[in-house]
Amino acid sequence: MVAIEVHNLSKCYGQVKALDGVSFSVERGELFGLIGPDGAGKTTLFRLLTTLLNADEGSAAVDGLDVARDYLAIRSRVGYMPGRFSLYPDLSVEENLNFFAALFGVTVEESYDLIAPIYKQIEPFRKRRAGKLSGGMKQKLALSCALIHRPSVLFLDEPTTGVDAVSRSEFWDMLSGLKEREITILVSTPYMDEASRCDRIALCNEGRILGIDTPEGIVRGFDRRLYGIRAKNMFALLERARTATDIVDCYPFGERHHMVVDDGFDVERFKAQLGDVEGLEIGGVEPTIEDIFIKLMKR
Amino acid sequence: MRTFIVLVQKEFLQIRRNSFLPKLIVAFPILVMLLMPLIMTMDVRNVNVAVVDLDRSTTSRRIASNIEASEYLTLAGTTAEYPLALAALEQGDVDVILQIPDNFERDLLIATPERISITANAVNATKGGMGMQYVVATIAHTLTQLRGERAPVELSELVTVENRYNPTLNYRHYMIPALMIILFILICGFLPALSIVGEKESGSIEQINVTPVSRLTFTLAKLVPYWIIGLFVVTIAMLVARLVYGLAPVGSVWVIYLGALLFILTISGFSLTIANFSETMQQTMFVMFFFIMIFMLMSGLLTPVDSMPVWAQRFTLVLPPRYYVEILRSVYLKGTTLAELWPNFAALGGFAVVFNTLAALTYKKQA
Repeated sequence: MVAIEVHNLSKCYGQVKALDGVSFSVERGELFGLIGPDGAGKTTLFRLLTTLLNADEGSAAVDGLDVARDYLAIRSRVGYMPGRFSLYPDLSVEENLNFFAALFGVTVEESYDLIAPIYKQIEPFRKRRAGKLSGGMKQKLALSCALIHRPSVLFLDEPTTGVDAVSRSEFWDMLSGLKEREITILVSTPYMDEASRCDRIALCNEGRILGIDTPEGIVRGFDRRLYGIRAKNMFALLERARTATDIVDCYPFGERHHMVVDDGFDVERFKAQLGDVEGLEIGGVEPTIEDIFIKLMKR
Repeated sequence: MRTFIVLVQKEFLQIRRNSFLPKLIVAFPILVMLLMPLIMTMDVRNVNVAVVDLDRSTTSRRIASNIEASEYLTLAGTTAEYPLALAALEQGDVDVILQIPDNFERDLLIATPERISITANAVNATKGGMGMQYVVATIAHTLTQLRGERAPVELSELVTVENRYNPTLNYRHYMIPALMIILFILICGFLPALSIVGEKESGSIEQINVTPVSRLTFTLAKLVPYWIIGLFVVTIAMLVARLVYGLAPVGSVWVIYLGALLFILTISGFSLTIANFSETMQQTMFVMFFFIMIFMLMSGLLTPVDSMPVWAQRFTLVLPPRYYVEILRSVYLKGTTLAELWPNFAALGGFAVVFNTLAALTYKKQA
C-alpha cells in the first residue's frame, strides 16, 4: 500500500525552479528521509504535499487522495511540523495542544496513548508558555500537536535543525517509536548522519532527486575505492593529490581529505608522485552517505 | 460551530495574554474621550485687542469697555499711537488693533464718520478672522446701544440669532462623535490586521492552514472579538460623553449601536484586506496609516465636508467614516431617526459587504 505517491512534480518561483520533475513513492509505515542541502526544494515539496501550495506540473497523492482535488480530506489525515516553530508562543503548552485537538475535532485524551511517549517529557511544563520553552521542548510540543489527530502520514520539515545533539538523537528514537504505530513519516534533514536512521532516503539537490535507496543500498552504490589522506599542510596535499594518476576526485572531508580512486590506483606510486609531504597518513575508508552525495552532485 | 467557538476563545485568550492590548482597549477610549474634547476646540477665546483711541469720546470709551466685557475679547491696552500698537502686534502680544479716528463721535451724529480701521494678525487665520468678527460685532452692538439711549429707537434689534441643535455652540459636542469614530478606526481597524499579520510573521497561520478549518471560519473568528470590543468601546465613549460632558444622544441609542456595528464591520473588513496584502507588521502599519490619514482628515470628522473643494466633497462619498459621523452627529445633536438616516445606513451596509467580500477574495488568492 502506497502512502505518498509523487509523480513528475514541478514548482517555480518566478525564474527559480524549486522543484524540477520529482517522482518517488513512500510505502505505508515507512520512515522516508529527504536528504539535501538548503535550497534543495525540500520545504517546497512539503508545502505541496500538505496542500499549502499548488504544483505547476505533475501530480501527487497522499493516502490515496489527490493533493489538488481532495485537499480538505488530506488535511485531516496528515500531520505537519514546519521547519520553523509555528505554534502560538503566547499560549501555554496545554492550551496549544487543546487548541489543535479542538480544530481537528478530537480531544487530547483520545490521542493521549499516541502522544504520551513524547508529551510526557514536556508535561511537567504544561502551564508554561510555548514561546518560553527550550528548543528541544518546543520540538516535542510541535510533534505532539502534529500527532494530536492521529494522522496516518506525518510530514516533518527539518525537525532537528537548531536542536542539540542529544535532543536530536532522542527525536529520532521517538520517530522509530511512531513507525511501530504504522504511521508513515516523511522527514527532511540537512544532516547526512541522520540519514542512516531512515528506512529509505532520497538525496536531493537543486529541485531534483539524485538517488533513492535504503541508506545501506545508497552506500553500496558507491562502486569505487575510497582513501582518507592527511598531512601537516592539508591545502598543499589537496592540490598535489588532485594531480596524481588514477584519482577520480579528492575533496576535504572533516579532518582528512577523501580521495576517490580508479581501479589502477597504487598507494606506493601515489606516495612517490606526491614527493616529500610532512606527516602523510593514508588509509582506506568506508564511504558514507555524504561521499555518495558528493559523487552524485558532481555527475 | 465548535471549531468557531474554540477559535474565538483562542483570540480572546491571546488578547488577554498580551501585556498591552487589554489596557489599551480599556484605557484608550477613556483617555481619548477625557482629554481630546478639551484640547480639540475651534472656539476662539482670549483675543487680545489694542484700541488706538484718537477720538477720546464717550463712544470710543464705550467701545473699549464693551471689548473688555466681552467673553471672547481681552483689552490689551488703549493708546493714542498706532505705531505702538503695531509693534505689539508684531511682537504677538496683540491679535487685533482697533483704531477709532479723530472726531468719530461728532461726525457720527451729523453725517458719515471716517471709517474705523481694524488690523488683525492673520498668522493664525482662524483666530485673526474670528477675532475681527467679534470686534466688529462688539462695535455694532455698542453703536446700537448708544442710538437707543440718545434717540427714540430707530434701529430695533433686527437680527435674532438662534443656534439650533447645539445651542451653546459647544465645539466639544461637535467633536465627540468624531472622536468616537477615531477610536473605532484605531481599535477595530488596526488590531485585527495586526493580529492576522502577526500570525503570518510567527508562521502559525501555516499550522492553521493544514487543519480542516476553513478560511472563512478562521477569518470570522479573527473579526468577531473586535466587533465585540468595538461595541464595548462605543459604550465607554458614550458613558464618558454623558458623565463628563453631559452630552446624551437626543435620538435613540440603538440607532448609534446599529451604525457602530455596520461601521465596525466595514473598517475591520477593510483592515483585513490590507492584512491580506501585507507580509510584515511594518508594512501593515504604514499602509493603514496612509488610509487612516485620509479617513480622519477627509471624511468630515474634523472639518465640515461642505467647506471642502467640490472634487474633495465628491471624494468623501467613498469614505465610510463620512456616513457614520453624520449618523452620530445627527442622532446625538438633532435626534434624527433611523428612517431619516437610511441612506447613510445603506451606504455603510454597502461598504461592509464590499470590504468583507474583498477580504474573503484576497485571502483565497494566497497559498
